[in-house]
Amino acid sequence: MKKPIKHVLVPEHKKLSEKEKKALLEKFNITIKELPQILKTDPAIQGLNAKEGDIIMIKRNSPTAGESIYYRVVVSSE
Amino acid sequence: MNAQKHEVYKKIDAIQFGLLSPKMIEKMAAVRVITPELYDEEGYPVDGGLMDTRMGVIDPGLKCKTCGGSLKECPGHFGYITLAKPVIHIKFVTVIYDLLKCTCRECGRPLVDDRKIKMYIKQIEHVQKEKGIEAAKVKIKEIISKIKDTKVCPHCGAKQEKIILEKPTTFIEGDRKLSPIEVRARLEKIRDEDLPLFGINPETARPEWMVLTLLPIPPVTMRPSITLESGERSEDDLTHKLGDIVRINQRLQENIIAGAPELIIEDLWELLQYHVTTLIDNNVAQLPPARHRSGQPLKTLTERIKSKHGRIRHNLAGKRTNFSARSVISPDPTIELNEVGVPFVMATKLTVPERVTEENIEYLKQYIKNGPKKYPGANYVIRPDGKKRRITDELKEEIIEEIEPGYIVERHLLDGDIVLFNRQPSLHRMSMMAHYAKILPYKTLRLNPAVCHPYNADFDGDEMNLHVPQTEEARAEAEILMNVNTQIISPRYGLSVMGCIQDSISGNYLLTKYLKLPRKEAVQILYEAGVEDMSKLPHKKEVSGKEVFSVILPNDFTYIGTSKSGEKVIIENGKLKEGVIDKSSIGVESGLMLRSLHKKYGKERTFKIIGQISKLGIVVLLHYGMTNLISDSDLSEEAKKEIQEILSKAEQKVDELIKEYKDGKLKPLPGRTIEDTLESYIMEALNKARNEAGEVIERNTKEETSTLLMIKSGARAKILNLVQMSAVVGQQALRGKRINYGYFGRTLSHFKKNDLSPESHGFIKSSFKQGLKPTEFFFAAITGRDSLMDTALRTPKSGYLYRRLANALQDVKVEYDNTVRDSNNRIIQFQYGEDGIDVSKSEGGILNVKRIIEEHLAKSK
Repeated sequence: MKKPIKHVLVPEHKKLSEKEKKALLEKFNITIKELPQILKTDPAIQGLNAKEGDIIMIKRNSPTAGESIYYRVVVSSE
Repeated sequence: MNAQKHEVYKKIDAIQFGLLSPKMIEKMAAVRVITPELYDEEGYPVDGGLMDTRMGVIDPGLKCKTCGGSLKECPGHFGYITLAKPVIHIKFVTVIYDLLKCTCRECGRPLVDDRKIKMYIKQIEHVQKEKGIEAAKVKIKEIISKIKDTKVCPHCGAKQEKIILEKPTTFIEGDRKLSPIEVRARLEKIRDEDLPLFGINPETARPEWMVLTLLPIPPVTMRPSITLESGERSEDDLTHKLGDIVRINQRLQENIIAGAPELIIEDLWELLQYHVTTLIDNNVAQLPPARHRSGQPLKTLTERIKSKHGRIRHNLAGKRTNFSARSVISPDPTIELNEVGVPFVMATKLTVPERVTEENIEYLKQYIKNGPKKYPGANYVIRPDGKKRRITDELKEEIIEEIEPGYIVERHLLDGDIVLFNRQPSLHRMSMMAHYAKILPYKTLRLNPAVCHPYNADFDGDEMNLHVPQTEEARAEAEILMNVNTQIISPRYGLSVMGCIQDSISGNYLLTKYLKLPRKEAVQILYEAGVEDMSKLPHKKEVSGKEVFSVILPNDFTYIGTSKSGEKVIIENGKLKEGVIDKSSIGVESGLMLRSLHKKYGKERTFKIIGQISKLGIVVLLHYGMTNLISDSDLSEEAKKEIQEILSKAEQKVDELIKEYKDGKLKPLPGRTIEDTLESYIMEALNKARNEAGEVIERNTKEETSTLLMIKSGARAKILNLVQMSAVVGQQALRGKRINYGYFGRTLSHFKKNDLSPESHGFIKSSFKQGLKPTEFFFAAITGRDSLMDTALRTPKSGYLYRRLANALQDVKVEYDNTVRDSNNRIIQFQYGEDGIDVSKSEGGILNVKRIIEEHLAKSK
């Protein structure tokens, strides 16, 4: 298993648990289709053991908001 | 208006595209065209000809034989001709080619086994559902390329031969030509259930319909003939082309019946194919376009629809509008910000429909009496039954007698009418705003210079458009949503887009920094600036400029900010206590005082204040004058000396650097060569020298000259411009580097080879006032020309880039839960701008929390 890149410019990626996932979808009243996507092969999520349909939470530093949280759903390259 | 008269009795629920089947062509046709003749001896359309009146009429006198309608009522009806031999439809050649390649020549099944057919069809359906039609098309292409080269049919075992497309419309299998009849026979063999594999819906488009056996003839109404002055008739391009087809078709038919040799029939068939192809598209790459006798190419079906002058871009997307005007713009600071000066000549052509009532009948009668020529008049009267009558000298009296409540008079544009004012490119919503018309003499449209910025307008020949809304609803909407005062704060950066520019700024700066004036004169100036209430002006013999400025401010206004030079600006209870008013208080895109006013007093009040402040600045300058003098760029002896010293020091530094470089002692910067390092050190040294010169000039001026006043107030120019005029023009940079082009090893023949000195690489030691040396002038010309080219090339490029961006983002919006989503409801941002701030309610994108708390505390006290 490859390790995610350790670099200051790579924001923290975290896999959501099923419970968190459900809460997120409910919060925004959406299905997985409405979420932004991330490739399963993306170097940043190697080592998270993410499957298709998992949601990745990304914590970024933002020039306007200090810290911002973004969500992406894992998709395969097909 | 028509919507009120007609009930909606049919509503479009869905649109289905498909191919016309021969049956359908026959069914929708009113005529079978059999003869190429158009008219008989009397000039009447021949029955069964191309101008048959059953296909609609274009003469005002005639009636359509199909529907009985006259010219205006009959929409036209299709006809058809039976082609003696089928021909291929040019627009479907690629589809036919794909089908031929992928299906068996014997049994017509796709060249893969049943299991795979099913799998592929399922895949296509899936992709279409998940990713849309474009992705499905890509998938189909992929599948086609996978199966097209199969050698043996998996269904019947027939051996397949290679099919080549000889453009434009000939198919060759092996070394034999496939006639359209054969092609059609093969397409017929393909089963309905296999068609989804190629993205074809067999219910609406059987593949054999792509080979034409019947040709629909478009209605006469879409190809009207024109009667020339000489009484001769000139037919439409389409009629010409159709005539050719009918003629060749007839000849081919005759030859077939007569049993002519194969060769002749082949030739005629080919010719028929050519004519049908050019009827559909006259710009096929491999075919010579069909031409008029004069040699100009015919405009056939595709050309009618396609490109800039086609139906879509020219007629549908490019609608023209009545009640609009366009002219050169010029400034007029005496009109309000939300007014627009409209020339008399325009006002007599642009009209507003006004419904006659008991209240307005008297003055509307007066307008009618004035007629279309005398302002203010009226051009048309619309009777309650919808009949429109032009007001002429003869009809005037009659119309005045006739009109009563319920009539509509189209009267001339008057002062105070709402109009929309626009300048292209309309990049943001402030590019089109509602103004109140003000009718003025001369022929240009006039606008207040304070609204130049939202339109991005200047007066070097810019033209702008004006539209007059014609209904009460439109006027109300324009006034409420588009009025200039609703647009003061930009939604992009949360500061005012309207404010003082140029002399309005320098005028206010002069007033608030230096002036002391007799009260009488202050009253005069304020009155000219549009202030009527002088009670705030102190009753002293002499008042200060700050006191004059304060008159405009609201009595309870408190503001603390900084001026451009960093000093504090303090306004307490509507009085300017300290500091000067400059660009950072009242300028566009930076006027924080304006932002603060808007927040506290709302748009109407702020709007009025902006108008008054900008006018005040101009009036002050009118009274006190401001001139740029040549002597503004004079330097004192000490300053001259100091600058000379700075320059020679810089040159010394450069010489040292060059020496270091030549001795190999210079250390390269990370990621650069030694040469680059030297260059950047030299640039740095020279630029530093110029900046220091600027500081010297600023320090050495005892009194503020007009030029310096402009610079300090932020009205126009930077200190750099003054340095260039009075001290040194400086290094000329080409693409971020010193000038390095020209001869081998040197820039000009005036220098020695490999000379690295500043003067040989575009450093201009002279000032503009001194005048430039020939070599210096040449270097200035190089960079001047380069920057001219650069702007000329960059503007359209960046404009197109912005257009694409704007189109891509046009339906992205912030939803009620603060997420940013596109039209498919897909999330783009989870919180607008990552911080959820509404920029138009912030100050330059920032929420000043400290101030909000302070204000809140002050309120609760």
